Amino acid sequence: MLKIKLIAPLCFAVLFIIALSACSENGSTPGTNGALDTDAAEKVYVAPGEYDEFYSFMSGGFSGQVTVYGLPSGRLFKIIPVFSQYPENGYGYTPETRPMLQTSYGEIPWDDAHHPELSQTNGVPDGRWLFINGNNTPRVARIDLSTFETEEIIEIPNSAGNHGSPFITMNTEYVVASTRFSVPIPQKDVPISSYKENFKGTLSFINVEQETGHMNLAFQILVPGFNYDLAHAGKGPSHGWAFFTSYNSEEANTLLEINASQNDKDFIAAVNWKLAEEYVKQGKGKEYKSEYYNNRYNNESHTAVAEKKEKVLILDPKDCPGLIYYLPTPKSPHGVDVDPSGEYIVAGGKLATVIPVHSFSKMIKAIEDKDFITEIYGIPVLKYESVIAGEVENPGLGPLHTEFDGNGFAYTSAFISSEVVKWKIGTWEVVDRIPSYYSIGHLMIPGGDSQKPFGKYLVSLNKITKDRYLPTGPELCQSAQLIDISGDKMKLLLDFPTIGEPHYAQAIPADLLMDKQKKIFELENNKHEYGVKSEKDARVERKGNEVHIYMTTTRTHFKPDNIEGVNVGDKVYFHITNLEQDWDIPHGFAVKGMRTAELLIMPGQTRTAIWEPQREGVYPFYCTDFCSALHQEMQGYIRISPRNSSTKISFN
Amino acid sequence: MKLLITLVLAVLISAFGCGEESKGDQSSSANNSAKERIAEKLGITVFELDNGVGPIKEKLQISADIDKIMAESGKKIFDAKCVQCHKMDERYTGPALRDVTQRRSPEYVMNMVLNPQEMTQKHPEAKKLLAMYANQMTFQNVTQEDTRALLEYLRMEANH
Repeated sequence: MLKIKLIAPLCFAVLFIIALSACSENGSTPGTNGALDTDAAEKVYVAPGEYDEFYSFMSGGFSGQVTVYGLPSGRLFKIIPVFSQYPENGYGYTPETRPMLQTSYGEIPWDDAHHPELSQTNGVPDGRWLFINGNNTPRVARIDLSTFETEEIIEIPNSAGNHGSPFITMNTEYVVASTRFSVPIPQKDVPISSYKENFKGTLSFINVEQETGHMNLAFQILVPGFNYDLAHAGKGPSHGWAFFTSYNSEEANTLLEINASQNDKDFIAAVNWKLAEEYVKQGKGKEYKSEYYNNRYNNESHTAVAEKKEKVLILDPKDCPGLIYYLPTPKSPHGVDVDPSGEYIVAGGKLATVIPVHSFSKMIKAIEDKDFITEIYGIPVLKYESVIAGEVENPGLGPLHTEFDGNGFAYTSAFISSEVVKWKIGTWEVVDRIPSYYSIGHLMIPGGDSQKPFGKYLVSLNKITKDRYLPTGPELCQSAQLIDISGDKMKLLLDFPTIGEPHYAQAIPADLLMDKQKKIFELENNKHEYGVKSEKDARVERKGNEVHIYMTTTRTHFKPDNIEGVNVGDKVYFHITNLEQDWDIPHGFAVKGMRTAELLIMPGQTRTAIWEPQREGVYPFYCTDFCSALHQEMQGYIRISPRNSSTKISFN
Repeated sequence: MKLLITLVLAVLISAFGCGEESKGDQSSSANNSAKERIAEKLGITVFELDNGVGPIKEKLQISADIDKIMAESGKKIFDAKCVQCHKMDERYTGPALRDVTQRRSPEYVMNMVLNPQEMTQKHPEAKKLLAMYANQMTFQNVTQEDTRALLEYLRMEANH
């Protein structure tokens, strides 16, 4: 590859720029620059000290976290711990944050996070919250966008593989979630071969309280035992409906790669959730005993509480006519995306040769006309020809997901042929295509699933990077590619590697978030059980074999910084309050031999490290977050006496 | 009038306490122009040279008597947000503060509390302190009213 790059300019023996543009015309060779824009560098250059135009939130996939990148620079700003423990700041290790990872299966240190979804008002991202799903042990998390911290995680019962999640309605009334795997509901010990008889899926509707963002599982809908893959809520005229793709309408339970690809068409389930609300009001729902956890973090107590819930309301479509209709959709559809007008429902039939686009208004008419071809488990199946608006021909191999630029164009990712395909809404003709390096899954346009996309850029989220970066042993990074979509032709601007798998992403203009950033936690509002609001209250208290150290930290000392009277066999709690009240002054804490993560403590916050000293001696502790010129002086000692010693507690 | 200016300047200079400039035998106008030159060189105003750089931009009306209620509320704020770095009579993370209201003008004290970052970048005295203590004083999320109360508390402590 290096050779090609060196030879090309020599051969052409002209200006470097001409050589470069010549290279880009040969873009089909792997590892070259594709349709690289010749002034790409200028378009992605954000000068030192200047800000990016967009915040982009990318899922970490198997890392379980969310990453925050700037666009167009591709600079990484932050990793937000969500479903995985994060020793870098103690998330999921401290008593304050461990409850966030509580589930009905106990504490789980990891999940697989796929789809970040920004809250919306009137169909437009509003910058309040970011939701993201945990796939493996079904959960949805909510991140506050003034603190960039995970504030809530709700477990979803009666679900397995929470993949079709979390997609929101246009005023964030609900977060919807569908189960990838069907399972026995309620769970029971049955032969796997009894799939058709015993296995079911669920579609979950999680209500969001508008003031607080608190999530509550409002109801679930019991659906046939297919695999439910992705979802999107309607908007504009289709507000009140939500659309869920399903595959494996064959209801196979083994070797799905063959057995779930038999039928010509699977389904998009169109769910009338406003009608579901009515049925709930009429008492049509049945209470199921279902154990799940709802964990909320509080910014004043600086502590999370895990609340166990016992029941969920389930609607059965058999008792609720008109609740669900099936739109036949070729062939194992993956993504389902609703265009900005709310009229078109685009399916990514990953094994299909066309992209089918359903019309919402035709769907409503077909329902009124009872234009059904059959019923499956009591759910009417609409006639394909009656609901289809158009088919995009030659969309690339393996079309998965579509987003919109707000100017009448749609962009679909094609996984197998590694490309982004641009097509026109209404004429359904492909107008442009650009290669991805390689194996694009989702793609993202800022606001691209909302009613008013911000346009300008498209990010291709790629699973494979092969020859794109310096090699790093067997495991290579995954990547994002920034593409300029402001003109007629898409232009590649930038490649950048990502943390984990950048499964999906969403982006929002920087000015919607910048001004609302919380800089500190006000000390006067600190309600932590063990917080202290003045260095004068710093102290050490013994309660049996527990020693509670109420410690304060400020540049550049801990109070107390000399502690004696602690014995082997004691359980030592360092409750540390950061008394700083200025932006960007966290302090860190670690003590030698502590078998847990360090703490990072934000200004005004309290965090606890638990240490069970094993051997007598004198142990140092220190500030782990470089805080100032005297950071290296920011330290202390704790003396550990033999088990049952009578050394009195003392400190200074 | 000239006498008045001389008096005011003398008071200000002693409050500011910057050794170089308080040469008592110089005429007031020479003093004034010397200060102007210093201020110009530093890129701040003469007022800021005497009273610090920050939101307090004019002299405050401060009664000679201590407002005890205000001072008590200042003490509460001091104990929550300042005591971790400042003691009255010993050097700690920052300087001892018993006599700070005698060394600095009230406006200077308030500007230092309200605007420490810019003070240590621009004001010659605050710069010296940063070099001496090697720690950037932080803003502790206090309001102007809180800061006035802190000043009153420090004025009270000066008399103890």
